[in-house]
Amino acid sequence: MISFLTMTEWSPYAVGIGIGLLSCFAFVLSDKPIGCSTAFARTSGMLEQLVRGQKVREMPYYRQFVPEIDWEWMLVAGIVLGAFTSSWLSGEFRLQWVPSLWAATFGPEHLPRLVTAFAGGIIMGFGARWAGGCTSGHGISGTLQLAVSGWLAVAAFFASGAATAFVKYALGG
Amino acid sequence: MFSALHANKPAQLILGLVIGFLFGFLLQKGNVTEYDVIVGQLLFRNFTVIKIMVTAMLTGMIGVHLLRSLGFAQLHPKPGSLGMTLVGGLIFGVGFAVLGYCPGTIAAAVAQGKMDAFVGGMSGIIIGAGLYAHSFPYLSRTILPKGDFGTLTFPELLRVTPWVVILPLSALLIGLLVWLERAGL
Repeated sequence: MISFLTMTEWSPYAVGIGIGLLSCFAFVLSDKPIGCSTAFARTSGMLEQLVRGQKVREMPYYRQFVPEIDWEWMLVAGIVLGAFTSSWLSGEFRLQWVPSLWAATFGPEHLPRLVTAFAGGIIMGFGARWAGGCTSGHGISGTLQLAVSGWLAVAAFFASGAATAFVKYALGG
Repeated sequence: MFSALHANKPAQLILGLVIGFLFGFLLQKGNVTEYDVIVGQLLFRNFTVIKIMVTAMLTGMIGVHLLRSLGFAQLHPKPGSLGMTLVGGLIFGVGFAVLGYCPGTIAAAVAQGKMDAFVGGMSGIIIGAGLYAHSFPYLSRTILPKGDFGTLTFPELLRVTPWVVILPLSALLIGLLVWLERAGL
């Protein structure tokens, strides 16, 4: 009866319908669209506050996005717990340093992958806040609201993402 | 309708956690916690990401607009401009391909033991977001206001009711999913 909880993979359509329904719950129960990237900006502000103190809160950006734990921060914490539970139920939790597609092209060494992931993370964290959202805030919540910002952002994400991926794998392979 | 619940901060934090839990569960079952699946989509070798996003969007678009018509939900479209959304989106895409996870899926990837996501990616995103916070005063004076269109939605732009956009768009997106399946992608 609960065997679907231990499956390693669900149909992408079932997952998509589930995420769409979750969006509906978020709108009704919390009056909020699902999004993830401001949680990283708030975390960054909270960490900076540990070093530089309260004056971080006076920065123009952090006056808009106060460095504290809010609904969206809890959402990201929930993602960690939910994904851990899912992977544990299906026996998929395991430590992995280098993804297999990466290893097949660029080799199995840890350091090049970690440095690249770090650089990619910096670019993406910067770009997500510049664009005002990420693949969930713009890509799912923005597009489903028929927001011009959401559709423009998702077109830009995939256009430059595909161009970068092709260059990366053409050079590497 | 639920304004008392919306104003209840502790309840909202718990709701955020519960909705996040289910979201993370779905992302992991959808396999989008895998670098190979995300980069595979950007290389047009694997269409899982598009299938999940389009289905989520279809379901959410119809559901949220129905709930809005019934008075249970309000829209919150994000403001945008060419300088903000387009330029920021192009920067995001580069990072998306280099990292191979996005801000939501990386949290789920970390939770299933992806150490490149945890050690490299997550610290990078936090630093990148912080660098943006420091650049914000300069950017908001220069490039961000260029081509501002505010919180505009397509029904507002076309001056029609949302369903005039939703019905043909749904047909188009369902057609895209059917085509992907028929093509064996």
